[in-house]
Amino acid sequence: MSELNDLYQEVILEHNKNPRNFREIADANHQADGHNPLCGDALRVYIDLEDGKVKDVAFKGSGCAISKASASMMTQAVKGKSKEEAEVLFEEFQKMVTGNLDIETDENHLGKLKIFAGVLEFPARVKCASLSWHTLHAALNEEETVSTE
Amino acid sequence: MTAVKQMSNFDVNKIREDFPVLTQTVNGKPLVYLDNAASSQVSNLVIERGSKYLAEEHSNVHRGVHYLSQLATNEYEKARENVRKFINAKESKECIFVRGCTEGINLVANSYGRKFINEGDEIIISAMEHHSNIVPWQMIAEERGAKIRVIPINENGELVLDEYENLLNERTKIVAVAHVSNSLGTVNPIKEMIATAHKFGVPVCIDGAQAVPHLRVDVQDLDADFYAFSGHKMFAPTGSGVIYGKKEWLDKMPPYQGGGSMIRVVTFEKTTYAGLPEKFEAGTPAIASQIGLGAAIDYLNSIDLDAAFAYEHELLEYATEKLSNIEGVKIIGTAKEKASVLSFTIENVHPHDIGTILDQQGIAVRAGHHCAQPVMKFFDVPATARASFAFYNTKEEVDKLAEAVQKVIEVFA
Ligand SMILES: Cc1ncc(COP(=O)(O)O)c(C=O)c1O
Repeated sequence: MSELNDLYQEVILEHNKNPRNFREIADANHQADGHNPLCGDALRVYIDLEDGKVKDVAFKGSGCAISKASASMMTQAVKGKSKEEAEVLFEEFQKMVTGNLDIETDENHLGKLKIFAGVLEFPARVKCASLSWHTLHAALNEEETVSTE
Repeated sequence: MTAVKQMSNFDVNKIREDFPVLTQTVNGKPLVYLDNAASSQVSNLVIERGSKYLAEEHSNVHRGVHYLSQLATNEYEKARENVRKFINAKESKECIFVRGCTEGINLVANSYGRKFINEGDEIIISAMEHHSNIVPWQMIAEERGAKIRVIPINENGELVLDEYENLLNERTKIVAVAHVSNSLGTVNPIKEMIATAHKFGVPVCIDGAQAVPHLRVDVQDLDADFYAFSGHKMFAPTGSGVIYGKKEWLDKMPPYQGGGSMIRVVTFEKTTYAGLPEKFEAGTPAIASQIGLGAAIDYLNSIDLDAAFAYEHELLEYATEKLSNIEGVKIIGTAKEKASVLSFTIENVHPHDIGTILDQQGIAVRAGHHCAQPVMKFFDVPATARASFAFYNTKEEVDKLAEAVQKVIEVFA
């Protein structure tokens, strides 16, 4: 079951169980809803953007382990970053899970997020991993909803 | 815990030899195909019939005087006669060939709807319908200014029949309901429901997509006005399907699509339409697929189908018992009468994750909302995992399913 462990690694399982920043931000100045019609994953990302920086970020919703862990780690990764830095991470993450960025050889800022590289081997699950990032991107750019379909 | 029942006398290993796809390995494990409610597999007979058609008979139907066209037409019409016998329609022209169940329901909704549904009228559907038996009715309701009324379900996933009776009235123009639910497995008492509707003079359109592959269907005995099903769920290729309609209704209904084959005379001033079934079969149909459907019926007629259905039912009961005994597993859909489908959830595990982990064991199940979002909402789950059986599945496969489910629970413990 080595293949499976590539996807369901301890860290991912742990974030699924205890998602970080899993809450609402009542007076968030940016938010967006993400929806994956295929599996019914639905989440809302809240961002407090102050002076161009992500002062606070959180998410709520329901989804599979991959989408929940990805959202949880996404909030950790972008907290404190500038909008531009967050957008770079979004792009790099997107490239990684679609096979357009090699985490070993291409320069990137993904750090702990590299754990999601394994999702490449599970094409049906790529959308689960990227849903929260698309939603973050939408929230940062004042779009209200995104759908991975 | 009751003892495991003895499986009936049905030689499943012999049957499995007829389905070449089942010998595959997936992710290094023997394929365990438990997604039959989405699409079932095809037998050698169907595969060989398909290649023979493509190699020796391929041509257009109803159009040529030449040899091949005549041959293709004959074979296409033989498939229709096969369908007629299989569902016991009175006449083969009552069996309209369509792309699948969805197209069949859309045909009825549009054609019947434009003729017979008017402002203020009502259409009754049920809370357990597949989206394909909801959306076409919503679309025609909106167009005609009619209203959708919904028969509720109970906690077991059974229709609340008292409520159904209350919904019927003089404004009701049609009832559309599934014979077997694809998300819950419930077998609805459609014969009684049809009789009830007929007391109000209301015709009934049955979504039989999940019924025809799992139980005997006799449209005359049911007294169904319309009955839709898909070939690919009954061991035939995709692109084949049937909408049965009583001649009395079909004769009164306008064509659904316009084009070739469905006309008698065309001038720019006026077109007169062909008779049944051509009136409803505009354009070149999926000839190869429909001939494949005919062959799938030949196959079903060649085995002891009643024994096969009984065996499959035992398999469902065995699987239900096995999974119910695993702590943390919840069965969604516990109706008294069920067929083929076992929907379940595992505590604290999303069905999508169940689907992936099972796939790694070579086990194909469906994870999702099964095109029945209102059902998911009723049971307050985002999705379910669904194992669905056919008569070529085995008890050993059910055991593997149960082991894999156990594995899922371990991974997420
Ligand atoms: C109960 C039911 N109705 C209708 C359909 C639609 O069938 P098709 O997609 O073949 O048109 C399905 C298939 O999923 C089904 O299970």
